[in-house]
Amino acid sequence: MNRGSYVIRRVLLLIPTLLAIYTLTFLLIHATPGGPWSQGEKPVPPIVLKRLNAAYGLDDPLWKQYVTYLGNALQGDFGPSFAQRSRTVADIIGQTFPVSLALGLVAMTIALAVGLTLGTIGALRHNGVVDYLTSFVAIVGISTPSYVIVSLLVLILSSELHLLPTGGWDGIFSTKIIIPAIALSLYPAAVLARYTRSSMLDVLSADFVRTARAKGLNERWVVIRHAVRNALIPVLTVSGIILADVITGSFFVETVYSVPGLGRYFVSSISQRDYPVILGTVLLFGFVISVMNLIVDLLYPLLDPRIGSR
Amino acid sequence: MQAASPTAVTATTPEAMERSVKTEGFWTGAWRQFRKNRLARISAVFIVTIAAIAVVVPYLLPQTYSDQDLAVTLQGPSWDHPMGTDELGRDLMTRLIFGARISLTVGVVVQMVILLIGVPMGLLAGYVGGKTDTLVMRFVDVLYAMPNLLFVILIMTFLRGQFGDEPTGLVKLLADFDARTGGLIGVYIGLGLVSWLTVARIVRANTMSLKEKEYVEAARGLGAHDSQIVRRHLLPNTIAPIVVAATLGIPGAILYEAGISFLGLGVLPPMPSWGLMISDAIPQMRSHPYMLVFPALVLSLTVLAFNFVGDGLRDALDPWMKR
Repeated sequence: MNRGSYVIRRVLLLIPTLLAIYTLTFLLIHATPGGPWSQGEKPVPPIVLKRLNAAYGLDDPLWKQYVTYLGNALQGDFGPSFAQRSRTVADIIGQTFPVSLALGLVAMTIALAVGLTLGTIGALRHNGVVDYLTSFVAIVGISTPSYVIVSLLVLILSSELHLLPTGGWDGIFSTKIIIPAIALSLYPAAVLARYTRSSMLDVLSADFVRTARAKGLNERWVVIRHAVRNALIPVLTVSGIILADVITGSFFVETVYSVPGLGRYFVSSISQRDYPVILGTVLLFGFVISVMNLIVDLLYPLLDPRIGSR
Repeated sequence: MQAASPTAVTATTPEAMERSVKTEGFWTGAWRQFRKNRLARISAVFIVTIAAIAVVVPYLLPQTYSDQDLAVTLQGPSWDHPMGTDELGRDLMTRLIFGARISLTVGVVVQMVILLIGVPMGLLAGYVGGKTDTLVMRFVDVLYAMPNLLFVILIMTFLRGQFGDEPTGLVKLLADFDARTGGLIGVYIGLGLVSWLTVARIVRANTMSLKEKEYVEAARGLGAHDSQIVRRHLLPNTIAPIVVAATLGIPGAILYEAGISFLGLGVLPPMPSWGLMISDAIPQMRSHPYMLVFPALVLSLTVLAFNFVGDGLRDALDPWMKR
């Protein structure tokens, strides 16, 4: 099969994937008893309930709701939010997702810088100080949840030392981003450092590196031109998936540090049974994850010609 | 099956050597290998200790996780309350121990759900192959693109909704189990439903390579049925990677439960969970840091211990998979 048709087939596969995610989520939401109006102190009078359901199309047969929502969603209209009736889901996502995205990208940048550096130096100075530091970061990052890290950072840097704010959001050029970004970056940094380290160790003992050394190239050139370039290929594949994780997984950090992102909003919309927001968020995150997987799949053969097109 | 690893042979005389080579089976060799790993050994002891405490100690304690003593609210560690008390005067050590029950149960039960789904799916795809394989793997790909945490939360909410009024039959059984585990059945099932993919892939890959092996061919030639081949040849030879994957999956499940409970969507109060205890501690962490330190520390150590044991098992059971 040639490359072009592989790319097209792979891109087209996005459609059934997203449709399956939509269907699963839609069915789960509608099979859950208790509508969005059953919350609150006072029960909604039956007549009002009927009008509300009619106004939001909730009394239509299920298949009709399924088709209507899908049609609207394809045109970028995710309907009104049930909890905040004056706002649409598209508004809410448009306001909160950029915050999560910005935070996620900053965290990913930190994670890449820290993870790749620690992993590479750790492998070059096997069992040296940096190697132990790598192991330490990996251990802490993998075993400590991000909400604990945020809390500890706030306790030390904000409450005790008064260096940084205790919470909030003011864009990526404010000191308010430092604590949540570090907390969010620790786990991906740990995973990246481990991957880079083991990948570098493999490559450094490979035949072509020995050949390069035997040719009399200086060590720096061997490491940069031959080792790092090859070692980073497997790291790149995990990076794509990690990036999707970081962008879609900031619930905890956002909740603890009061960052007005989509993660924090989603948690509250679950308890309010704000179906349109839930559906919209799941679809958006599913899209982000699928696209990252797609990009990785398409980039992989370009970086490593040995793999070629399947 | 696989012969003992050469390092396992420690006997010096030729006779003893022959004996040890003969008697040392796969599992004995793996066990010997595992014990040599100090970090894994210590971690295993740690896990067994925590499990023993979680099972036994609640019966010995005079108080339980929900007993309040308003005379001693928000006290630091003392002889009576080694880890202090919370704002309702509940003993935090007691809550931590009950929390251990929750976390360990989640770790194990979720793995059981994963194996129950993942192993048959993997066998089906790998053994039958063809269209069935494509179908199963497409489904796995779709689930891989699901935002996990969101999906678990959705399934939990759905299940909780089912327990609403007068459950009957199987639903009642589940609802009872749910009530006894502090409302976590949704976490078990939800986490299981999104996490079986890796196990299915491992089993599939293993089955695909094993079914081409000569001894399977021979068994088929002798007239063995598919079910016999699967039970006698494929499953036993796939157990090692399954055990490793299941062990390495436990810390993830524990962290997930803690996270969901941290968000207030998991365990139902007053049942304690380490995640819930951490979230309770955060508003007062400045004046009462001990409330945060103990649950956070125990959570991290437990997660770490399972990771080390899993790594140790992988090195012991899968000498050829070593990275």
